[in-house]
Amino acid sequence: MPRIRPIRTEAIVLRQRPLGDADRICVLFSPTRGRIEAVAKGVRKPLSKMSGHVEPLSRGQFGLAQGRSLYVVTDAQTLDPWPSLHDDVHRMTEALAMAELVDRSTDVDVSSGPLYQLLRHSLNALAETPSPPAIRWWFTLRFFDQQGYRPELEVCVRCRADVGPEANGYSAVDGGVVCPNCHGAGHGQRLSSPVFRLLRYMRRSSAESTAQVRVDAEASAELERHLRLSLEQALDGWLRSRGFAEDLARAETIGRSAVKSAAEREREEQHRAAI
Amino acid sequence: MQRSPATAPTIARLIEAFHRLPGIGPKSAQRLAYHVLRAPRAEAETLAEALLEVKDSTRLCGTCQNITDADPCAICLDPQRNDSTICVVEEPLDVAAIERAGVHRGRYHVLHGAISPMDGVGPEDLKVRELLSRLGDATVQEVILAMNPNLEGEATAGYLSRVIGAMGVRITRIAHGLPVGADVEYADERTLRAAMTHRVEVERDEGTD
Repeated sequence: MPRIRPIRTEAIVLRQRPLGDADRICVLFSPTRGRIEAVAKGVRKPLSKMSGHVEPLSRGQFGLAQGRSLYVVTDAQTLDPWPSLHDDVHRMTEALAMAELVDRSTDVDVSSGPLYQLLRHSLNALAETPSPPAIRWWFTLRFFDQQGYRPELEVCVRCRADVGPEANGYSAVDGGVVCPNCHGAGHGQRLSSPVFRLLRYMRRSSAESTAQVRVDAEASAELERHLRLSLEQALDGWLRSRGFAEDLARAETIGRSAVKSAAEREREEQHRAAI
Repeated sequence: MQRSPATAPTIARLIEAFHRLPGIGPKSAQRLAYHVLRAPRAEAETLAEALLEVKDSTRLCGTCQNITDADPCAICLDPQRNDSTICVVEEPLDVAAIERAGVHRGRYHVLHGAISPMDGVGPEDLKVRELLSRLGDATVQEVILAMNPNLEGEATAGYLSRVIGAMGVRITRIAHGLPVGADVEYADERTLRAAMTHRVEVERDEGTD
């Protein structure tokens, strides 16, 4: 039987799942080999020398040997630990959405250099940014471009007429902006002028510049809706990790209302005491 | 698992049953099955009774959600324990580990898992609601989050700190760092960072000078 040489590759750890009592299966994303599933043996034991080097949302250098059905991680060394993606739960949710998008759209043993560089650059930017959602929006647009789902933002996707910033629609099914006439005829969902401008700005700007743009809550919610519909078209489903982002938002609303009612109770008590 | 014609169907069934257990491969399953076959009948009966009993008589404690024979469980009933502190853990085995170490004299709460965003496991799938209901009165003053130091643990702790934070209860997390017996040279950057961040003052020996 020919001896299979072990491979060395740089990779981003996308996710993990437990295997047996002490092992984990790591899903790695390599620029030269795409998606790789590899067993990291013994990493759930406290004295494992490898456990911290195979954590999801980190970049490292890996040695892999071909096992019976999966690769086995023989050594691992972290290159980018991105600690803020683990310590800050908001950054973590955005990073998980990007990792899930890559996980679901890449194949085993397919060279994915541009997508790898996009993910690496976006996670780097996310680790530093004051505006985590903006990096995910920017990443998603670039992801669409690379995967062949580039949304049309210059002309109407139905009649090919030039579009201005006003009274447009956005059709995820047709893949881009719909002019006021076609939107009036019932095509696409409303696309406000600020969101149209933001989409065009993101297309021509860097992730770092996009993160500097101030986006109000209404525009942010509208952009999320359009991106969600486009992603559902591209992936034939929704990202599981976004469910956690929604849970987190609900938790913060509950927290804020609890703080508010505590403050109201205190004011009422002070008022009663004054009477 | 493929059945061999050389193996009697009853033994093959037992091998398959052992093989379904976590951490048991086909060879181990075979060894266990033949061990049971050769063992005295009384030993097999004890094993069978223990398996059925654990299914019939265990339940979740209505307070801490740990697995127990009686509700409330022994820890929740113990009057010597400190009611003002709850240690929140992912699994029942984590309670056993902390109890073995004897480092916590308060109460516990078992979540039965951790939030795993990419697998679609959210707070609704865990015993979070039951935890929040225990924090309603002013008895509990500190919640210790003893999640595993991995991505799921961080997500769970991040979520709980936001829900509980507004209730006026102190929230702490168990420290991360180097385990006893580990080598610094093999530690990853995040572990070393945590170890450095949570470093402690070394007590000076007053008697040496």
